[in-house]
Amino acid sequence: MKAILALEDGTYFEGESLGAPGRSYGEVVFNTGMTGYQEILTDPSYAGQMVALTYPLIGNYGINLDDFESRRVQVEGFIVREAADIPSNWRSKQSLDGFLKERGIVGIKGVDTRALTRSLRVRGVMMGAISTDESKEDILLRIKNSPKYGSVDLSKQVTTEATYCWPAGVESISDADIDNKPSEVEPKYRISLLDCGVKYNIIRSLSRLGCEVTVFPCDATPKEMLKENPDGIMLSPGPGDPASLTYVVDTVRELIGRKPIMGVCLGNQLLGCAFGSSTFKLKFGHRGSNHPVKDLRSGKVYITSQNHGYSLDPDTLKDGMEVAYTNLNDGTVEGLRHRELPIFSIQYHPEASPGPSDSAYFFKEFINTLPK
Amino acid sequence: MPRDPNIKRVMVIGSGPIIIGQAAEFDYAGAQACRALREEGVYVILINSNPATIMTDTEMADRVYIEPLNVEFAERVIAKERPDGLLATLGGQTGLNLATLLAEAGILEKYNVRLLGTPLASIRQAEDREEFRTLMRELGEPVPESWIVTDESDIQPAIDSNIWPLIVRPAYTLGGTGGGIALNEKQLREITKRGLALSMRHQVMIERYLMGWKEVEYEVMRDANDTAITVCNMENFDPMGVHTGDSIVVAPSQTLSDKEYQMLRTASLKIIRALGIEGGCNVQLALSPFSFDYYVIEVNPRVSRSSALASKATGYPIARVSAKIATGLHLDEIENAVTKKTLSCFEPALDYCVVKFPRWPFDKFRSADRTISTQMKATGEVMAIDRSFESAFMKAIRSCEIGIYGLSNKSTQQLSDIQLEEAIRVPNDERVWAITEAFRRGMMIEEVYALSYIDRWFLRKLQGLVGLETRLKLNGTAISRMIESGDQHIILEIPSNREDFEKTDNAEKSQNGLSQHHLAIRLIREAKRVGFADRTVAEFAGVPEMKFRTLRKSLGIVPTYKMVDTCAAEFEAATPYFYSCYDSENEF
Repeated sequence: MKAILALEDGTYFEGESLGAPGRSYGEVVFNTGMTGYQEILTDPSYAGQMVALTYPLIGNYGINLDDFESRRVQVEGFIVREAADIPSNWRSKQSLDGFLKERGIVGIKGVDTRALTRSLRVRGVMMGAISTDESKEDILLRIKNSPKYGSVDLSKQVTTEATYCWPAGVESISDADIDNKPSEVEPKYRISLLDCGVKYNIIRSLSRLGCEVTVFPCDATPKEMLKENPDGIMLSPGPGDPASLTYVVDTVRELIGRKPIMGVCLGNQLLGCAFGSSTFKLKFGHRGSNHPVKDLRSGKVYITSQNHGYSLDPDTLKDGMEVAYTNLNDGTVEGLRHRELPIFSIQYHPEASPGPSDSAYFFKEFINTLPK
Repeated sequence: MPRDPNIKRVMVIGSGPIIIGQAAEFDYAGAQACRALREEGVYVILINSNPATIMTDTEMADRVYIEPLNVEFAERVIAKERPDGLLATLGGQTGLNLATLLAEAGILEKYNVRLLGTPLASIRQAEDREEFRTLMRELGEPVPESWIVTDESDIQPAIDSNIWPLIVRPAYTLGGTGGGIALNEKQLREITKRGLALSMRHQVMIERYLMGWKEVEYEVMRDANDTAITVCNMENFDPMGVHTGDSIVVAPSQTLSDKEYQMLRTASLKIIRALGIEGGCNVQLALSPFSFDYYVIEVNPRVSRSSALASKATGYPIARVSAKIATGLHLDEIENAVTKKTLSCFEPALDYCVVKFPRWPFDKFRSADRTISTQMKATGEVMAIDRSFESAFMKAIRSCEIGIYGLSNKSTQQLSDIQLEEAIRVPNDERVWAITEAFRRGMMIEEVYALSYIDRWFLRKLQGLVGLETRLKLNGTAISRMIESGDQHIILEIPSNREDFEKTDNAEKSQNGLSQHHLAIRLIREAKRVGFADRTVAEFAGVPEMKFRTLRKSLGIVPTYKMVDTCAAEFEAATPYFYSCYDSENEF
């Protein structure tokens, strides 16, 4: 079946339907990672977006039961050059196409994704739509009449509905439900996590280090989060424009000084905003597994996994908050550290999934700031 | 740290003669290094015994010595030129061995010459099997069960272990010379004897042979600041047991999930850090096709044949960056020569598929044994780039200049079914054509897998190509009819607007199926996208190649050119490095 991808500037790409037939709409972004499509599909930070992968051969190792980063597929649409019809990997349970069909995700394959990427690099990310049953003109009209990315509170859409607890020493939340749970251990620490679109591997990473993690909806109050007297606070990544999340920034501001805090991705931006900074939109964002980041204290460079479309203004930070990490490609802020308080955050992904795990040490660093 | 000002004069050791197992890749590396050093204002003294190289061109180095690569002559050059540093990790095993000998003979110390880049102790630790295994144990990195043997009488414990098959690898040899796979005691004795005779240190390692495991390589770089990155990973089409030099290799890996990719990347970086390598390094790993189990097989603490491939595959100049690191620079102080905007401290993102195909000399040595195993027999290799595996694979075959232009090879077509199975089971230079012939005869993927253990993903791709070949043959008359009826006529039938054309296409499809004519056009487009040569398609249609080419062009089915930019188009790049593909946008 034929499918068309159109962008708000009028450019369009013809291809074939991938996944479910129908229509999808979102901000079109590209990711340069060569592996990790299952994690990308289920990463809540991609809510409201249609992801194009620059690597042309996607779906080679299928879809497995372990690599989900959330319960649902979060991307609005999926754009690839070629999707493997028969995957090959010992963990594979389903083909990419079958999985997307089952989840009702409208995608497109056969697209010159390099041409698309070049166009997004030059003109910046823009709104777009995929369709299997509309004319080009109709799709463009639909794009015109749809809300822009950033005008919607996406965190409210992806956050947990109710507070839940992820025990220590558990790899998957479903493990905690079954009778034989030998891996579950007595928690060493209790963490309150503010969920604006958390990835499972953040919780897994903490759980592995002996933390019991209580996950709160993004509109939870500071009082609710502090009620059980947790040892530390984790601010999750998430989708959308951080500038629209003033209510979350207010929450973060009240948590400052009360407990050690670690922020990841959106969490970094929220912390920055709570310390006087503001965010601006990057032309085409940082999405991939190969971004070099410099630790300004040690001079060491790390290859990081990134997924963000906004960046912090380094000049307006105040009250002891400092830039601690910068991106080697474009010099933007990649992390903050407070001069005195046990508060730090990073713009990239220590939990990897997908991408290099070079930055996993941040979780240990966080644990070390918690009261013994 | 900025570049070390004490390094003013550097001696570079070349790779010597081009031999089986060590081809021209080290010339490429050496030439790149000389250029990189001179950019830093270093006075370069080159010693190489092979004058038929680029690196010995007079403008490559400040001084060129064409002398035998042995201690005696190297010492004379050192005495005369008095270099501050010696760069030995770019001349393959030859350069590394000579540097080791120079150090052991006390010559480097005598003339106060510093070995630049990777320290000698690291080289020894990576190359000496026992030291290497000890280090791996300390790091908690798994290595296959093995026994070091320096005398034929030492092999009893290996025999007693009753692990079969076993693989014999001689230490300090090029391209695994003298090694092999032993299925029983008799073979083990034979191969061990041969390996001991050929090893410079009279040492071989006997090791569990990981039959059917995936072979994956990582090209990694590290600087003195302990920053370590992966330039590229590669997956062998042929599972363990075939020397990498004799394997069809793809970059990046195709059948590894992110978890597997990262697991092996983490292991490779841990190893390069533990060894303290400064520059490039190649890590070979075996990955189970049924679990997360893996083994570290080997580490090359230098620029290798694989790094030359990785450089060309990614656009990341490994030898150049290694030479810069040797002068004291850090990865984040070296410009990315491709983008000129970013730094060398990043991991290349590929948006294409690379296929390396070995070139064997069996056309010259007709009576030679054509089976391949752990001792490298290829004398060269070709590399092809395209947007799909199929098209890169097809390009690679044609580039080998072996008189084969696609999926058929006369000699394998003449094999009986039983012979064909044997040609798939025992690796040999014609195995891929045996596989395509098997698919042509109706064999299933699972059958071919059971014989070859080649990952089903690759087999599926070859099967798909054979399927398209069949459809092309079936529609050959439609293509020839288009040519016979005249180009003009064809062009008139196809609306100039491609979109309208597609619409008519769909309308017809819904009524009475695709017309033969339109089906043929669609097939030609598909055939070109997956890399079929004009020559092959013309053959199926029974028309002259040039006539078909004219038709194809008149249909607007022409290649576009895309750039190898190290960053998957994320940043603007200025490099004259392009590949052809049948995609929509042309960047040339």
